[in-house]
Amino acid sequence: MRNAFIEELLAAAERSDNIVLVVGDLGFGVVEPFAQRFPKRFLNAGVAEQNMMGLAAGLASEGMHVFVYSIANFPTFRCAEQIRNDVDYHQLPVTVVSVGGGLAYGNLGYSHHAVQDFALMRVMPNMIIASPGDPMEVRACMHFLLKNPQPSYLRLGKAGEVSLHPSVPTVQPGKWVPVKTNPRDQHVCLTSGTVLELAHRALFLQNAPPHISLYSMPLWGMSLKDLQAEQVSRYQRVVTIEDHLPDGGFGSWLLESLVQSPQMLPKVRPLALSSDTCGMVGSATTLNRVGGLTEDAIVKALTAAD
Amino acid sequence: MDLSGPLALRIRRSALQMVHRAKASHIASALSIADIVAVLYAQVMRYDASNPRWSHRDRFILSKGHACVAVYAALAHSNFFPVTQLDTYGEDHSWLMNHISHKVPGVEFSTGSLGHGLPFAVGKSLASQMHGGTWRTFVLLSDGELDEGSNWESLMFAGHHRLDRLTVIIDYNKLQSLDSVFNTLGLEPLRTKLESFGAHVVEADGHDHCSLLAAMTLGRNPKPTVVIAHTVKGKGVSFMEDRVEWHYKNPNDVQLAEALSELGSPDA
Repeated sequence: MRNAFIEELLAAAERSDNIVLVVGDLGFGVVEPFAQRFPKRFLNAGVAEQNMMGLAAGLASEGMHVFVYSIANFPTFRCAEQIRNDVDYHQLPVTVVSVGGGLAYGNLGYSHHAVQDFALMRVMPNMIIASPGDPMEVRACMHFLLKNPQPSYLRLGKAGEVSLHPSVPTVQPGKWVPVKTNPRDQHVCLTSGTVLELAHRALFLQNAPPHISLYSMPLWGMSLKDLQAEQVSRYQRVVTIEDHLPDGGFGSWLLESLVQSPQMLPKVRPLALSSDTCGMVGSATTLNRVGGLTEDAIVKALTAAD
Repeated sequence: MDLSGPLALRIRRSALQMVHRAKASHIASALSIADIVAVLYAQVMRYDASNPRWSHRDRFILSKGHACVAVYAALAHSNFFPVTQLDTYGEDHSWLMNHISHKVPGVEFSTGSLGHGLPFAVGKSLASQMHGGTWRTFVLLSDGELDEGSNWESLMFAGHHRLDRLTVIIDYNKLQSLDSVFNTLGLEPLRTKLESFGAHVVEADGHDHCSLLAAMTLGRNPKPTVVIAHTVKGKGVSFMEDRVEWHYKNPNDVQLAEALSELGSPDA
């Protein structure tokens, strides 16, 4: 995912002089091609996230599309008020990029577990969340954000993610992106982020129920709730999957979007990380399992009686 | 011709009338910066009031957004919008909200939470440097605001990147929200601290327009400039000067009349 991001950013910077990359002293092995190709449009702000985000807003106010790159919670929680007041309120084209969404840095401890970031970013009224499920969706999200510069949060995995789409899919804000669908299916898995791969594996298990469609939701946010009821209405059951705590996450966002259509609320079954993972250390696979994100749990959520 | 003197007087009078009408706080903070703002708008900055987004304008950011009435008054009296609009300050749905708002013509950036203005100004100054712009960026901070770590992150960055078209002005009235700066979190030796962060530091009498003009005139220095403007909180109204309660209180009818009388008329 990191490579897909930097490749798209490089291509965009070749086309446009207004692309700037600001990093918070992180990005070894990823950002060097940009820094070498565009040294005047690359800034290492140092280990100083408040200034990093504030200056990104200042640059954006002068017509630049600024990508602020760091890992885990550093470009979000550490400078949350700068995102709220400086970027989101002023509706400036700053894309906050966090590598290591979810538990990708599980072994590095709780400081590096980005499992509350959706909760923070989705309360910003002008913010669009880009949470791609595979490297192809990263490219699709980048194409969208570059065409539509705005306050935005790009949540990436780390490296080595499998491409599940054969080509770059079409993405639209608030619209579910099909990964495996059949018009007759009544049950769906709806994921946001790199858990798409886990859901994909679950649906190909021997004991997986038939007739399940799989969708990804790479672009969402506060302003896109109105589009959800119609999409949910097509199915009997929607199981949301996310590597984020349940509170303030993707599944709870979908449930909130249905408050005007309460008859649809029972259709949605959120599957999110248990807070048991908070404070634990381990690989993403291990911690996701501890937190209840497994293929079996997905199958169970899809097949449990109403 | 003295341009900034009459403007400073108009700013003070309008600021008093605005907070009185709105029963708002922070009049002493506004009076503290009235001369700084007057010198900026009357003598230092390039701008076109009929085209507030003119690309070659100098940028001004009020980081101590609670002192907004001084800037709203300066903008109105500099023809960015009609002076009569000031009467709406603090009213429901007014665009003149009680912390400075970017929805007001001539205002670059909304603040209110302290420690945001300087990082934003650093970004603007970087943009000017990247594009080879000739415009300058001015940012006005309070002294208590320097408690915020974000400012020191920015000062380190500005010094490192030699943002020579950035001018930081510190309204050093030595009084915070509850007590003096000295008793709250002492800043001294302030000049030495700022110089050690890579700034070109100038000290000025924050109520002497010649002193301010000299301090804010760009010299040939490859560093960001920080002007330590020594000021008096509540300056110009004797019963408000250096009194912590006027960070919060608003003048009643009698106090307003007394304050305006003491200031005198701009047409006198």
